[in-house]
Amino acid sequence: MSLASPGPALRSEGGKLRRVAVVGAGVAGMATALELARARVPVDVLSLLPAKRAPSVASRGGVNAALDVNGEGDSPRQHFEDTIRVGESLAHQPLVSAMCEAAPDIVHLLDRMGVPFHRTGEGRPAARRLPGSSHARAAFAGATTGHAAVSALDQQLRRFEGEPCVDARGVEIPGEPLVRRLEHVELVGLVQDDAGVCVGVVTQDLRAMTVKATPYDAVVLATGGFAGLFAGGAASALSLGTAAAAAYRQGAVFANAELIEHHPTATHGHGRATIVSSAARAEGGRLWVPRDPKDLRAPRDIPERERDYFLERLYPSFGNLVAHDVAARAIHRLCVREGGGVRDPRSGESERAVYLDLVHRAARLEPGQLRGVVDVTTRLGAGDPLAGPVKVFPAASATLGGLWVDFEKGEAGRPVRGSPRNHATSVPGLYAVGEVEHQYHGAQRLPGNALLASIFGASLCAQAVASYRGAMARSAYDLPRSIFEKSEKQRADEYAAALAGPKGGGEPLSPYALLDELRAALADGCGVERDDDGLARAEAKLAELDERRAAVEVTDSSSRSNQAAALARALPDLIDLGRLVVACAKRRDESRGAHARASHDARDDGRHLAATLARRAPDGTPRFLDAVEYTCVGATVHVSAAIDTSVVGPLAREVPRPHGSGRVSAPPAKDREPKRPARAERGGADKKDRPAPEDEEA
Amino acid sequence: MSTKKDDRRKVRLRVLRQDAPDKPSSRRFEEVEVDLHPSMTVHDCLEAVRRRPVNVKGAAIAPIAWEASCLEETCGACTMMIQGRPRQACATLVSEVSPKGQPIVLEPLGKFPVERDLIVDRAKMFDALTRVRAWVKLDGSASPAPAEGQGAQQGRYELSSCIACGACLEACPEVHDGSAFVGAAALNEVRALNLHPVGRLDRGERLEAIMGDGGVADCGKAQNCVEVCPKAIPLVDSIGELSRETTWRWLFGWRR
Ligand SMILES: Cc1cc2nc3c(=O)[nH]c(=O)nc-3n(C[C@H](O)[C@H](O)[C@H](O)COP(=O)(O)OP(=O)(O)OC[C@H]3O[C@@H](n4cnc5c(N)ncnc54)[C@H](O)[C@@H]3O)c2cc1C
Ligand code: FES
Repeated sequence: MSLASPGPALRSEGGKLRRVAVVGAGVAGMATALELARARVPVDVLSLLPAKRAPSVASRGGVNAALDVNGEGDSPRQHFEDTIRVGESLAHQPLVSAMCEAAPDIVHLLDRMGVPFHRTGEGRPAARRLPGSSHARAAFAGATTGHAAVSALDQQLRRFEGEPCVDARGVEIPGEPLVRRLEHVELVGLVQDDAGVCVGVVTQDLRAMTVKATPYDAVVLATGGFAGLFAGGAASALSLGTAAAAAYRQGAVFANAELIEHHPTATHGHGRATIVSSAARAEGGRLWVPRDPKDLRAPRDIPERERDYFLERLYPSFGNLVAHDVAARAIHRLCVREGGGVRDPRSGESERAVYLDLVHRAARLEPGQLRGVVDVTTRLGAGDPLAGPVKVFPAASATLGGLWVDFEKGEAGRPVRGSPRNHATSVPGLYAVGEVEHQYHGAQRLPGNALLASIFGASLCAQAVASYRGAMARSAYDLPRSIFEKSEKQRADEYAAALAGPKGGGEPLSPYALLDELRAALADGCGVERDDDGLARAEAKLAELDERRAAVEVTDSSSRSNQAAALARALPDLIDLGRLVVACAKRRDESRGAHARASHDARDDGRHLAATLARRAPDGTPRFLDAVEYTCVGATVHVSAAIDTSVVGPLAREVPRPHGSGRVSAPPAKDREPKRPARAERGGADKKDRPAPEDEEA
Repeated sequence: MSTKKDDRRKVRLRVLRQDAPDKPSSRRFEEVEVDLHPSMTVHDCLEAVRRRPVNVKGAAIAPIAWEASCLEETCGACTMMIQGRPRQACATLVSEVSPKGQPIVLEPLGKFPVERDLIVDRAKMFDALTRVRAWVKLDGSASPAPAEGQGAQQGRYELSSCIACGACLEACPEVHDGSAFVGAAALNEVRALNLHPVGRLDRGERLEAIMGDGGVADCGKAQNCVEVCPKAIPLVDSIGELSRETTWRWLFGWRR
């Protein structure tokens, strides 16, 4: 971004400082705010909790960048192809290509900021091979990479909080820091002018519970995903998607809401799960079940030859390093469909789990390499995977779809930096970046690409916002106050109604109880494998919840930190979002990446090489679209749902998902020759034989 | 997961509540009881209470307010006093703090203003990071960072796992209403940044920032901070090291 040009006026005609809002202070939000600050655009960063509490801290495995520090011949092109294959070609290729090329600089940037990346002997960021990748490519800080990235970005933001806004003539504006943080606030609505342009936000102060509308020249949502809507999942308590749901209610188009990532190795918790990071598999962790499904011995008493390392058996080349969806579906099939997996020694019941085993690696790991995996699982009572196998199972961990956003492709087939279309949602003036938007991953994320996409997207998005703000005919700050008052009143009334309590709908119930039912319905209908009955059940359940939400009763009348009332206010939006997920899952009648339909086992490029686009109809149900039409800086833009595969065309994936009626469990012992594959170290970072990227048989 | 048979069926919580920051007179203990499940954490207990907010006498109560985000001891949000010790509710197993079925006492952290119930306002922790200038001054270039040895990285990694939970401030006798002490967490951040190959360039500025009032000299060497740090950061070492460096700078500052 050129800082030489005088740029747009810093003040509106009425003399107000023209700020933009970044909603969300995770990796994506902070990186966007930083980029805006560097371009001297005054910015407010709004979040539910301080930045150091953002869900991004839970990201562990690393950040992908083809630095090829191991000299394996890795390249941005390989990174690109891995991303497209694992995502089953559902991501726009020009964008992914640009992201993979920018990745090395992004790792360097984090390194310079102070992220303590693990080092090679020569002092460069070392790389580990995360699941789904053909090469060792993820730079990592122990198994707490996300936490380290959040800390570093938070420090940079703090630095800019101390800097003043400076106008085009170099004059400081007193009392106006370049970056301001507004914490403990929730976005509850957008302010839109008569043409539907987003000109500000309505927020609720989560302490004083006051509702307020504030003008902003542009609004960026960086509010993360909504995997918290799935029971038994592993997402942060902040990942409910309230902001995305509010934007959806106000007309923003959603894309691929059905694509929910299930991490294959979560451990037991009470009503929710904790992820054992992919770092564990990257560092040589192996998944196995007893060969004899009736074997009730403790894992350590089961000898090598009586263990079934099922991923190594099914996928000789990638072994334990198959992508998350492949591993999750294999575990699901084995444990749920075929009744196998680890059994409770007392009841003999299947625990629907498999063993994750790192014991053989314990002696060879360097200090700190798995920090953040071992200490957390141990403390939560799941055991220490270095000391003995721990039980793991798939759990919803992230969302792959989200608000639809655009990008502009230039003549060379690359995204045009600075185009106001990049990261624009279908609501003019509203942008989205990070897990809340849909465009970088496709149907399954390549592990290690989420942080990367958040930071790459942030720079593209910030430049787009700066251009948009520069091209505005009239600043949001010069609009009549009545527009803001109207929005503010509407949202304040909604909150008052939520606080006031039941309006019928049957037996009064707590907002938390209703949320539990919503989460259970989504987990039931839209889990690892979706069958037609489950989808129908979830659909019916959500319709029922929509009726019963009128019965929600908040037993707390306080006007201070009223968490129950804040949730009650958001519930209608969340139910709509849930209905959207189920409807989209029904509509995509194929299996692709994280979306596996039991009745439609194959991927269907003929019909489904496209995003599932939907907009909310007035009755709350989704209306599907073939294309998005929206206005950007005065021009009408028309974008179809088709995926841009202009770089390499659609690619088959690296290894197919388990499919059809083929069994995943090992055949009974007598039919099988007792061969011991020479793959004891399969999947380790020290692996020599790299897999061919071609398909292999399941 | 523990498969050991757990014959206690309920767990009792004694929670110190307060309705609002300006209502200290509303401080009171409330007793609640929830069904116990294997591998249940204190966070899970509080969730169970808010699903069915009643006290032990069966009277309806307002749900207990507390903060949570990551649910895996990585964000610091849920820090509170559990049986008199600062800990993360999401990573504290009931079986650990109530092995014999004794009631679990939950209180808000005491060194910060109470917002409501178990929520406190930890803004001063973040302000301390501004006071000590805890950042690297990046320019706009896209060059690789200078190389760093493996040993150096491991040392820095140790120091960088702070989750800003506030436990070290809670345990420190030097942190109280009348003191300006920045506390162990912020000092540790200074040490971590001063060891970074880029951060090292302005280590002098950071050292200056901790040489005055409320700086490193205010540490009373009680060493409570290391005891309570959930990430076992060597905070006492960090403070010792910074004491030496600031002394050195004070004596020979013109040389460095
Ligand atoms: C267990 C786990 C492991 C992972 N491991 C990896 C990995 O190894 N590598 C990788 O690349 N990725 C990984 N990911 C994914 C990655 O962490 C996320 O995709 C990414 O960090 C999302 O960042 P974000 O900034 O978009 O959102 P978040 O970090 O979710 O931040 C959301 C922000 O928005 C705010 N917010 C939300 N709603 C509102 C509202 N209504 N109003 C105001 N503010 C709001 C929140 O307070 C928060 O500040 C992992 C994820 C999980 C859960
Ligand atoms: S919720 Fe993050 S530390 Fe407990």
